[in-house]
Amino acid sequence: MSIITTGYPKTGWRRAKAAGFRVFTWGSLLFVVGPALWLIIGVVVRAVPNWRWNVLTTMSQGTSGGLANAIVGTAVLMLGVLVIAGTVGVLTGIHLSEFAVSRRGRASGATMRIAVDVLSGFPSIVLGYVGYVALCVGLHWGFSLLPALIILSMMVVPYIAKSTESALRQVPTNYREGAEALGMSTGYALRKVVVKSALPGIVTGLLIALSIAGGETAPLLYTAGVTNNLPTWSILHHPIAYLTYYVWTDWNQPSAEAHIVSFDASLILVVMVLVLLIVARVIVARTQRHAEGAR
Amino acid sequence: MLTSNPATVDPIRRDTSSRRIGRFVRRHEEGVWRVSGRTASLLPVGALLFVVIVLAIKAWPAIKVNGFGFLTSTAWLPGNTYGGVEHVHGVMIPAGARYGAWPLIAGTLQTSAIAIIIALPISIGTAFALTERLPRWIAQPVGFFVEILAGIPSVLIGLWGVLVLGPFLAHDVYPIVANNVPNVPVLRYFAGSVGYGEGLLTSGLVLGLMIVPIIASTTRDLFLQVPPLPKEGAEALGMTDAEVARRVTIPWVRSGIIGATVLGLGRALGETIAVAMVSGSVLGAIAPNVYGTMTTIAATIVSQLDSAATDGTGFAVSTLAEAGLLLAVISIVVNLLARFIVGRSSRMSAPVGRS
Repeated sequence: MSIITTGYPKTGWRRAKAAGFRVFTWGSLLFVVGPALWLIIGVVVRAVPNWRWNVLTTMSQGTSGGLANAIVGTAVLMLGVLVIAGTVGVLTGIHLSEFAVSRRGRASGATMRIAVDVLSGFPSIVLGYVGYVALCVGLHWGFSLLPALIILSMMVVPYIAKSTESALRQVPTNYREGAEALGMSTGYALRKVVVKSALPGIVTGLLIALSIAGGETAPLLYTAGVTNNLPTWSILHHPIAYLTYYVWTDWNQPSAEAHIVSFDASLILVVMVLVLLIVARVIVARTQRHAEGAR
Repeated sequence: MLTSNPATVDPIRRDTSSRRIGRFVRRHEEGVWRVSGRTASLLPVGALLFVVIVLAIKAWPAIKVNGFGFLTSTAWLPGNTYGGVEHVHGVMIPAGARYGAWPLIAGTLQTSAIAIIIALPISIGTAFALTERLPRWIAQPVGFFVEILAGIPSVLIGLWGVLVLGPFLAHDVYPIVANNVPNVPVLRYFAGSVGYGEGLLTSGLVLGLMIVPIIASTTRDLFLQVPPLPKEGAEALGMTDAEVARRVTIPWVRSGIIGATVLGLGRALGETIAVAMVSGSVLGAIAPNVYGTMTTIAATIVSQLDSAATDGTGFAVSTLAEAGLLLAVISIVVNLLARFIVGRSSRMSAPVGRS
């Protein structure tokens, strides 16, 4: 907030420009917050009047029925992404932050950073296409869990790696020096001091990655397939349902029943994403308060 | 060093086996971190190579047949997929199959351009409102709300765009614009039939809404890093807040804003589902005015892969690979550009105190 607001020019043109700028900033805030509220409220008011709780427990029958198979399917996909992309992403972030900064590791670190950057901006449908062509068809895996997980992981590993790297970089140098002064070995200090104090940032990155994975459609359409049954234990040859599929296909089906399925799936997605993002935010806020208190 | 010497160790702290294991773990832990970290960080590199190689291999027959005409032709004819086949340059294709990607390329560039033109000023205005106008206790939740918008699944934004925003615009906004616009270059494209709300301008607006959070939250963080003294100095010289923003705040972080914008551009170019829902997905057509239905590369791949798989010669799938390769190249170039711009800006303010 600027403190001095009284010294406004009396001349017309500069005064008009300042007033115009004021209108412009408030207006653009309105143009961002307005549609966002409109969107979320729009989904809620369409889903809530027709909401039935048994949607959560009954299986889908294509354009009618419940969404239990899709909810479990999305949960399985998110869990799989958490395991695969979480491991790869966090380790990549640790490598980029801790080991790829020495003179020897810098050249390879640059290559890895470029790969991570390019992958994070890669069109998701192109990744889905490659998954379909190379894994589902080329390797005869069919529409199934494993190709979907591999493609989703390719999408979110860059996010996890970047957030891990920046969380590790924010660990104060004093902590590392203190650990070294206490005679800790580098690896032990990394686990007990550096990664531990960066953990909130890492977890936040993981939660955001999960919300991305749960809300993706394009890479799953041609890798996961769809089914009316619950996910099975086999990771190949058995398609798996997910929530976004029902939003994407059922909204322009002729029956009103299908529209209800579509809006129910939308509502569940909105709630899921909001919960994940708010939890991530709370973690950030708590750690920031602690960090400021410690100073 | 001292504690591991038996002579100086307290007799009670004998070298038990568990202690030996602990020492072994501590000694080799760094190696484990190093090796696993290196292995893991090679995976994204490998994945990227894998994707590009698969795309190139799948696209090669289509590149041979379609040639450079692919970039300029407007045909999108799958040919007779049940009848005869032709041999072109040693590649088997369905009789009469002709593909051209110019409408897709044009649609991709047009929607992204509209999105950037809308999103950039709105993002800067929003960031300014969040940092300078609103009191802090309300700026934080509002800023968080803007970030949430970035996390809303694109299929929901598409659903809202096609069911709520599109009809609203086509019914209440577009007719007013179309009837009152003067017949001069550029603005001429805003006249004519307004359609049903699915088309170029609606896609651009929806894309703009999707990339605003990316640019706005980055810009807000950049504005917060601008030191207060230059701003206060400028105010003390009698500048209005508009002049302070234009001459001090924005120039201070200009390259960061450009980098965030190019990142948003990358997202807009590759966005699939939302555009597939609100663009009307009309193949082989360039929108005659800003309300016309059209399609983009990504939307074409998602809507056509199903039917392309029915082409027994595999030529349609190969053509989609060529389109995908084109999109991948565009987005890689945009990303490296953003990296270059942001990298150049961050070198100017070198981080101090980190080994």
